[in-house]
Amino acid sequence: MTETPAPETPTTGQPPIRVLIAKPGLDGHDRGAKVLARGLRDEGFEVIYTGLRQSPEMIVDASEQEDVDVIGLSILSGAHMTLLPKVVELARQRGMDDVLIAAGGIIPDADVGKLKAAGIAEVFGPGTSIGQIARYFREHARRRA
Amino acid sequence: MADLAELLRGAVAGERRSLARLLTAIENDAPGIRELLPSLFAAGRGAHLVGITGPPGSGKSTLVSALAAEWRRRGRRVGIVAVDPSSPHTRGAIMGDRIRMMDHSADPDVFVRSMASRGQMGGLAAATWVVAAAIDAAGYDPIVIETVGAGQSEVEIARLAETTVVVEMPEAGDEVQAIKAGLLEVADVLVVNKADRPGADRAARQMRAMLSTAGGRVARKPPPVLLTSATGGEGISALAEAIDGHRSVARLPDQARARADGQLRRALGEAATRRAASRADWTATVEAVATHEIDPITAAERLLA
Repeated sequence: MTETPAPETPTTGQPPIRVLIAKPGLDGHDRGAKVLARGLRDEGFEVIYTGLRQSPEMIVDASEQEDVDVIGLSILSGAHMTLLPKVVELARQRGMDDVLIAAGGIIPDADVGKLKAAGIAEVFGPGTSIGQIARYFREHARRRA
Repeated sequence: MADLAELLRGAVAGERRSLARLLTAIENDAPGIRELLPSLFAAGRGAHLVGITGPPGSGKSTLVSALAAEWRRRGRRVGIVAVDPSSPHTRGAIMGDRIRMMDHSADPDVFVRSMASRGQMGGLAAATWVVAAAIDAAGYDPIVIETVGAGQSEVEIARLAETTVVVEMPEAGDEVQAIKAGLLEVADVLVVNKADRPGADRAARQMRAMLSTAGGRVARKPPPVLLTSATGGEGISALAEAIDGHRSVARLPDQARARADGQLRRALGEAATRRAASRADWTATVEAVATHEIDPITAAERLLA
């Protein structure tokens, strides 16, 4: 099938929200991240997928260059208490104060409050629907001119 | 949105965040961006614009990453724009070219930006050349533009890039593929990537043979056909040489004129569309075309009258 161009909406239509999806740390399971990336694409987001085994520095560097509105961190390894606050800290150091940083994966309830205190906006556990995440991003991501 | 002129000043001064935000404003055609264009292009430093195109899965991103490493060894600061397709239905996109380029993520002298094509045909986004101009103003040289995975006729990149590299892979078709019109014709450098796979030498030989017999109205001499293995790092240095060596050829007056002609036509089309679409009778005209009251060509002429 050949691609047909999207209908032109020169005067209306918000620019797409840009989301970076990354897998921090050493876990090798990216099915969930890929499903989410695909789901967000179908919800009209522009998704930059950076793949597995990213350090917080790599994630923040990429997010800065891509000027994303949202950073989505998928983590299953259990290292979330070390890696996720580090991403927030580096992003804030670079002046990316208005970038929404959210996490998903296997994160015990007991840690959720601590992560939120560290600046992770929301934590999406197993069973969250793509629609819920898309809605949350739409409501909380910064809007631009 | 911060003051655009301020973002441009920051980008020129080497602030990556300013550059990144300027690129977003360009992509979104933010208010005030068109007024900024003269100073944006004036701030350009004449970077070599290199286009990389070829079918999906031919290894373009991996090759771009390997080339960036090679250019870094030569002390160059490398800008990369990687374009991936937008969904025609939802306008959403997944951009995955960065996965292959993460080796450079900590290097302040490599700047990578992913772009969604946003409905544009031809393997690029409408704003790609302005994005490239901004990266040029920020002092990166060369600037590599990786297109959407392209088939046979996505030749748009040749209008923008000074040097167009077409990446093919072994067993991608027989000799007839190499004599078809289109993508292979716009190559300044042809690459058979994945040269570690069987059939690579044969593919390169066939391409060379078919391209060398070009004649008639074709003035250009056949492009070099190089073998690379981007994952193994083979042939990358020779490819960088070939690209760098083409820079002076690309800047000969007749070549520069040919690109300028293409760019002007494209910009003209965009400007005309923008003006026409902002007219009060635009919606009525769309309706008239939809109901076959008027044909689109006549309608376009009227909108421009």
